[in-house]
Amino acid sequence: MRAPTSDLPVSFESASLRVGDVNVVRELSLTLAGRTPTVLLGPNGSGKSTLLRLAMGLAAPTSGRITWGGRGAPGERLAMMFQRPVMLRRSAAANVAYALLARNDARVAELLTQVGLADLADRPARKLSGGEQQRLALARALARAPEILFLDEPTASLDPAATKSVEDIVRAVAASGVKIVMATHDIGQARRLAGDVVFLARGRLVDSAPAHRFFASPATPEAAAFLRGDLVI
Amino acid sequence: MTDGASALQLVLGGDPVLYAIVGLSLYVSLAAVVLAAIVALPLGALLALTHFPGRTFIVVVINAFMGLPPVVVGLAVYLLLSRSGPLGSLGLLFTPKAMIVAQALLVMPIIAALTRQTVEDLWAEYRDELTALRITPARRVVTLIWDARFSLVTTLLAGFGRAAAEVGTVMIVGGNIDGFTRTMTTAIALETSKGDLPLAMGLGLVLIALIIAVNALAWGARRVGELRAG
Repeated sequence: MRAPTSDLPVSFESASLRVGDVNVVRELSLTLAGRTPTVLLGPNGSGKSTLLRLAMGLAAPTSGRITWGGRGAPGERLAMMFQRPVMLRRSAAANVAYALLARNDARVAELLTQVGLADLADRPARKLSGGEQQRLALARALARAPEILFLDEPTASLDPAATKSVEDIVRAVAASGVKIVMATHDIGQARRLAGDVVFLARGRLVDSAPAHRFFASPATPEAAAFLRGDLVI
Repeated sequence: MTDGASALQLVLGGDPVLYAIVGLSLYVSLAAVVLAAIVALPLGALLALTHFPGRTFIVVVINAFMGLPPVVVGLAVYLLLSRSGPLGSLGLLFTPKAMIVAQALLVMPIIAALTRQTVEDLWAEYRDELTALRITPARRVVTLIWDARFSLVTTLLAGFGRAAAEVGTVMIVGGNIDGFTRTMTTAIALETSKGDLPLAMGLGLVLIALIIAVNALAWGARRVGELRAG
């Protein structure tokens, strides 16, 4: 079921989110457009997850505004994969089926194959390993046939092999025309996947540039320090 | 312990009167829990997921009603069902149906309050994921009740324990009619006051054994379910 309208571009117009006394995101202006993967890079607490939650419509900015394809509300074709996805108490296949609008066993099998979990379809989702759960969460997000897929630190707690399998899937999804917006604090992962980089620190957008330019010649001292491996807080 | 010995004899001897009483008790309490659950599970879950003015008041009242005095519930249902009451024409007073309704009212707040707490805790964990999946509110309720099913078994058992153990409501709306509305608890009260302690003790033993059996069954079902569903 493809909606006729597009949620792209997602535009932040000096959007801020205050929680209590803390500015989690400050006066952020940013446009997410095109089909190249955008990587949100920055240290923990820089506002990456909050930016994703705002873009997904899970939180509303306390000031400023966000538009999706020029409209004030997010549409149906957005999907998000969380850092620690919730596994529903049912089989892997049922977790994927849950996200489909209508029962479609063939589509479930296809999605499970896409993430390499076809053999584990009947296994309880909560009994899967960490990497398998992340891949199942990816399949579930893809079941919504998203135009934009938000990923919040999808491999934060995974070993290199599991990380690679998740990255391979993300790369294939990006190649199929889905706009990827992924948060990570892993510079290596950003180098491997990014088309564009949005660099955040302390809730502010510090730099936004094509990946090759960002990594070759970071325009700000914070970004340069972060890329050198200095501790940026 | 001659009383104890004859109590055991009654239980093991398959006394038909005893087993009729046991059967009715089990039927009334289980039916009451099922009836209460049909209303209280969705109600508790809905309360967990919604925010509206006066919600806190309702939550506090339902929590308080977990301790409703059975005789008061019995009295209220008695007044409703008595011949001159608003539902008197149904002719339900002093029937097992009246006992089921009264016990369901007694059990409903327990199931609703515990469900509300369980589902609210689970919702905190599921909120972002279900919102991101754009799941409709009605489907959220179903999903949360289903995913909390193993905890909710304990909630239903708490309701069953309350129903099976109480004597006040069934005494008032059932009337303790021999062979028709006599349950284990009303029989124990009657036999004790008559001085037939062996029968009273036999019934007491069976009642406790029955509650243990129902809990063991539910616990076993829960374990099997957990092993299979994670």
